[in-house]
Amino acid sequence: MPAEHAVEVLATGPLTLVQDAGRPGFAHLGVTGSGAADQGAYRAANRLVGNASGAAVLESVLGGIALRARGALLVAVTGASAEVVVERGGGRAAVEHPVGCSFTLGDGDVVRVGTPSAGLRTVLAVRGGFAVPPTLGSRSSDVLSGLGPAPLRAGEVLPVGDAAGEWPEATLLPSAIGWRPGWMLAVTPGPRAELAGDAGWPRLLATEWTVSPASNRVGVRLVGPPSSAEPGREALTLPSEGMVVGAVQLPPSGEPVVFLRDHPVTGGYPVIAVLTPEAVDVAAQLRPGDAVGFEAVGG
Amino acid sequence: MTGPGQTPESPPRLQLRALGGSALLAEVPDARSALTLYSRLRAQPSASPALDGVIDVVPAERTVLVTFDAARTDAARVRRGLEEAATAPVAPVAGAGQRRVEIPVTYDGPDLDDVARTLGLTVGELIALHTATRWTAAFIGFAPGFAYLMGDDEGRLALPRRATPRSAVPAGSVALAAGYCGVYPRESPGGWHLIGHTDAALWDSRRDDPALIAPGTVVGFVDAG
Repeated sequence: MPAEHAVEVLATGPLTLVQDAGRPGFAHLGVTGSGAADQGAYRAANRLVGNASGAAVLESVLGGIALRARGALLVAVTGASAEVVVERGGGRAAVEHPVGCSFTLGDGDVVRVGTPSAGLRTVLAVRGGFAVPPTLGSRSSDVLSGLGPAPLRAGEVLPVGDAAGEWPEATLLPSAIGWRPGWMLAVTPGPRAELAGDAGWPRLLATEWTVSPASNRVGVRLVGPPSSAEPGREALTLPSEGMVVGAVQLPPSGEPVVFLRDHPVTGGYPVIAVLTPEAVDVAAQLRPGDAVGFEAVGG
Repeated sequence: MTGPGQTPESPPRLQLRALGGSALLAEVPDARSALTLYSRLRAQPSASPALDGVIDVVPAERTVLVTFDAARTDAARVRRGLEEAATAPVAPVAGAGQRRVEIPVTYDGPDLDDVARTLGLTVGELIALHTATRWTAAFIGFAPGFAYLMGDDEGRLALPRRATPRSAVPAGSVALAAGYCGVYPRESPGGWHLIGHTDAALWDSRRDDPALIAPGTVVGFVDAG
């Protein structure tokens, strides 16, 4: 794409961040993997616009983003189910597109993403990717350490890059996530499941948890009913050890934390379970107040 | 460094635990063993084809985490690579590429007097001991570039954390706690005892090698007056 292609940020919603495939290879220096929270939605968005893998996109929490095109652009929105509206010719005509398809914007056209009816995060990709400066080889915004681009602000202009590959073969990619009330997260037992006591693992699977508002890209905090027989609390910490995305930590409160992409590199609470990669994408779409359970899978 | 006449370090005893389908956690007796295993895994990755597809190697106090790309390799293969690295008879050039850094310190920390008193030292003796100690970065935790430095001081500078953490510790603070020394790469909350400060740039994301201190780096502190 020529250098003059860009988008002007008109509105950001509650939080819009630049994200890409992530920042691997620096965990030994204390830098987490970061990257798009819902990697399935991220890959689908880039595929819909024919981007090379690793191209940077915009990840919005609860929609509310509005962008104006500078030059003609090919755009796709994936992730949470939201209304996507394109205003053409200075707002004289509006066209609605479903999430999970690609569409074009002419110079001056505006795209608006509404508040999702299900799910939390939408991904917006543009052919060529967003060419903000990378940090340690990635354009991901890491909310834990503050590395990478700052959250988007209205008035900002984001240059479109040249990360385009072949022209896309698909114009519609339905989400791999089945949107439904009562989410289930697929897990395998974690390396410290035994520290949660005999009742810990069954309790994790048997409880209907609720997503706490104190959740972000670092982790999803869950609250549950008070537990009757808690294991000895003093046993529930150990020397800090390496953490992975999808790790389910069980702090002394008995309320699990599901680590997302900006998780700390190490942690001192026992990891009772680990989500499958697909379940990590589902966890990234949980909204505060959602009910969620865990189901054990082989592995 | 392992050289002629020196006994190679005995291989760490390995117990491996899976973290999902793309990570293994190796358990080792202590931080020194973790650093040894980490160094062996990092020293010559190309020398062990079983380690192809490894993404990150994260040493910690009693563990080394290895994450891998499950599309390129699998747990059994990485397990083999880890066992080979752990049982290699001689640490492969461990230390040959070991980085050494000198960090100038102004010993003016708010906890300097208290630390000296607690350790039964004068401030002068504390500074002399801190600068005479050879520190080795065991692992990074808490924040990018925050290294846990092990000393050869035989525990004479070992202190527990402060009873009350500070909500803001200035960048460059040189601190002691939990048997380690650390330097805060940037302002953050913290519960360590502050004995001084440095102007050295501990972290710079614009550098290819952003951390001044990485696991295995040997650190010496110099009294900057």
